[in-house]
Amino acid sequence: MSVNASDLPVAVDAEGYLKDLDDWTEAVAELIAVQENIDLTEEHWQVIHLLREFYREFGISPAMRILVKQVRIKLGTDKGSSIFLMKLFPGSPAKIASKIAGLPKPTNCL
Amino acid sequence: MSTTAKNILAVMRTGPYGNQTAKEALDAVLTAAAFELPLSLLFMDDGVFQLLPQQDTQGIGAKDLSATLPVLPMYDVERFYVEQSSLESRGINSAELILPVEVLDSEQVKVLFAESASILSF
Amino acid sequence: MILHTVNKSPHTSNCLQSCLRTLSDQDALLLIEDGVYAADNHYANQTEALGEEITLYVLKADVDARGLQNRLSSRFQVIDDAAFVDLCVQYPKTQSWY
Repeated sequence: MSVNASDLPVAVDAEGYLKDLDDWTEAVAELIAVQENIDLTEEHWQVIHLLREFYREFGISPAMRILVKQVRIKLGTDKGSSIFLMKLFPGSPAKIASKIAGLPKPTNCL
Repeated sequence: MSTTAKNILAVMRTGPYGNQTAKEALDAVLTAAAFELPLSLLFMDDGVFQLLPQQDTQGIGAKDLSATLPVLPMYDVERFYVEQSSLESRGINSAELILPVEVLDSEQVKVLFAESASILSF
Repeated sequence: MILHTVNKSPHTSNCLQSCLRTLSDQDALLLIEDGVYAADNHYANQTEALGEEITLYVLKADVDARGLQNRLSSRFQVIDDAAFVDLCVQYPKTQSWY
């Protein structure tokens, strides 16, 4: 199955991030994940919910280094590694996971 | 006051919402911190207003910077300084601020400037 | 009858001072944006010294954004955006200090 940005029921920017964060639902997350060729598992959802919680508290998406640290604190040392996150969200985990979580691109990703 | 070699000092001198400077300063600080550069922050003049509690920006449609500033310790930015006379002239007590700050008098600020390897002025 | 608005912090700009020098009886002063820092009860000596015939307002959204809700001089009336519009209509002229 392939999904294009135009197939999403919500507005996204040129890079595929939601224009209105309130548009996010788990169904929207599933669709964005398909675009990224990712099948969401329970482990993906744990990271997605952690990111959304982080955003609610601080108003930003964390940089990779901080995401790794947060995952380690919240989900345990076995998951709190770059390798684990690279497997879940190949390429650029902080950016891709934020996109699926319906959040802005990490402020500090150049 | 302790500063390490190569330390970068970001000087925050504007209020949080009158223009974009405070937001851009915070973005720059977060970016530098994401690359693990050693940073400290000095709030002086109207910059100390960034640290007041109870900011609620819904009515002006701006992002609440006081929600984001407390993320800095997670980015290993942990040294926050405020200039004493800036607090005094605005009637602000350092204990009420949203970050744990060290209050410096003007002489100590001179030392901070002197000891910092580089300065980002906002 | 003139509505004066000031949108700069009194700590970093002379807008408020220029306004206070030229404010007449029957005028009103409205603080907006960073101008609201002048309504902080620690700073409001000068505005509190103004005659009662000069009405002082401060815009709620800007007060709330800056966390000044509990720091305001009682001399100021806190108004919302709709009341701001009403003032602009009510006063035939507006001088914006910015």
